[in-house]
Amino acid sequence: MPSVFGVALFVLIPFGWVVFTSFSKGLLNYKTVLTNEAFLLAVKNTLMFTGVGIPLLLLFSFVAALGIYKSKYMRFLKSVYLLPMAVPTAVVVLIWKVFFHKAGIGNQILEVFQVKPVDWLAGNAAFWVLVISYIWKNMGYTIVLWIAGMAAIPEAVTEAAKVDGASEWQNLWYMILPQLKPVFYTITMLSFLNSFKVFREAYLVAGSYPQRSMYLLQHLFNNWFTDLEIDKMSSAAVLLAVFFALCSLTLRNMWEKEEVS
Amino acid sequence: MRMKIFRMILFAVGFVFCLPVLAVILGSLKSSRELMTTLSAVIGGSGEKIHWHLLPLYPTLKHFIKLLFYTPEFLSVFWNSMKIVVCILFGQLFVAIPAAWGFAKFSFRGKNALFLVYVILMLMPFGVMMLPSYLVLNQIHLMNTHWAVILPAAFSTFPVFIMYRGFCAIPKDLYEAAKIDGAGEWQIFFTIGIPLGSPGILSALALGFLEYWNMVEQPLAFLSDPSLWPLSLYLPEVNLVKAGMALSASVITLLPAVFVFFMGQDYLEQGIVSSGMKE
Repeated sequence: MPSVFGVALFVLIPFGWVVFTSFSKGLLNYKTVLTNEAFLLAVKNTLMFTGVGIPLLLLFSFVAALGIYKSKYMRFLKSVYLLPMAVPTAVVVLIWKVFFHKAGIGNQILEVFQVKPVDWLAGNAAFWVLVISYIWKNMGYTIVLWIAGMAAIPEAVTEAAKVDGASEWQNLWYMILPQLKPVFYTITMLSFLNSFKVFREAYLVAGSYPQRSMYLLQHLFNNWFTDLEIDKMSSAAVLLAVFFALCSLTLRNMWEKEEVS
Repeated sequence: MRMKIFRMILFAVGFVFCLPVLAVILGSLKSSRELMTTLSAVIGGSGEKIHWHLLPLYPTLKHFIKLLFYTPEFLSVFWNSMKIVVCILFGQLFVAIPAAWGFAKFSFRGKNALFLVYVILMLMPFGVMMLPSYLVLNQIHLMNTHWAVILPAAFSTFPVFIMYRGFCAIPKDLYEAAKIDGAGEWQIFFTIGIPLGSPGILSALALGFLEYWNMVEQPLAFLSDPSLWPLSLYLPEVNLVKAGMALSASVITLLPAVFVFFMGQDYLEQGIVSSGMKE
């Protein structure tokens, strides 16, 4: 199979080399990376971003999916929310710049609510620029996944609960949510994966060295890459790979548990 | 009643979601003068507030004409993007279809382990892949060519996964029936696998197109020569002072993506759903 050959050539073999390089000075490379200020900042920001962005995205999209599922306008609404996914980041960069400028539209909206204007791209508010654009872009994707999960719940289950006199809330809490658990795991994983792509917004709006609160792991990788810091990069890549592999394996195990129970 | 209000809110939020796109399209029709007055607050930092009217006062196509006929640079960047995306997708077809077919149909030693490796690779962010790809590309002297972006992406394991789901959906009896009728392996692949697995293949292509049309990380790392850049990197470089050009270029960048989106929405949704299914 040509695929196995290609994957081996472009990923597995060089990755082996990377692992080897990362250990070439014993654990020294790892020590350098783990005490590197930029690395710690980037990890902190990335974790903060996922910690805030993913729960918000999951919540909003779930509420929206509840409203869209089985609505007459399901198809139309899905398209509306999916559209941002098709929009290349570069296309809306200009709009983001205008929206998030000090004198921009975002601040005028805040003014209506009597909130003091903020300098979005310069202060800590830059973090929220990322969160907003992340939710904007991924909402549709996540809604589609939730709806697919809801559609897989047998109608009989919810009907039976209704007959037994369960209120809408009870039905949602005891019948629908537990059934959506496996979908929840996947959605979390995919949202996590997609959260790494906000680098695009951050980079295209603010460049290689943005405001501190926007500095993500991918910025760090790029900047190390420009300076050809192979040692640091290889150990950071190994750390990240191990982290991701563990995440996906944990997810798989949770799935399998669901299946057994 | 409550549901009705809820749906109204959903429509309103949906409208807000589309606003940035509308603003780009309608903005591209504004005259340079109107754009300058609008954007002066952002460009000059004069301390004034911005007034962005959604609808153009005097709609004009001047920016498009200027862009398409008097800016050869833009056209070459546009073709860079096209070349990269088309090559990647063709590459994926040749590589991923047989692989997905193999995973779906044959059983061989180590299949489960290999498939797990594919799934894990599919979930890796670019930061992990960056250095390995660079090492190989540098070794075979492809850095700073379009191939540096195309080749690693063509071997991506994501389409394999999506197409695999498509092939798995084909009922097993069909193969058995074809085999009894005396069809060879290749015949089964071409007469049953490809036609019946095509929704999976199209899903992978639609998702792939949107992803690679919007590719930023890879060209940024592997293409140092700006004349090789795709639209996604070139666009933000256009100065705000030339807002008319930037906006019309944005609209043209948007067109292929939106076209694929509307043509393939069903496949797209299917692809999203299968990306979220257990392997």
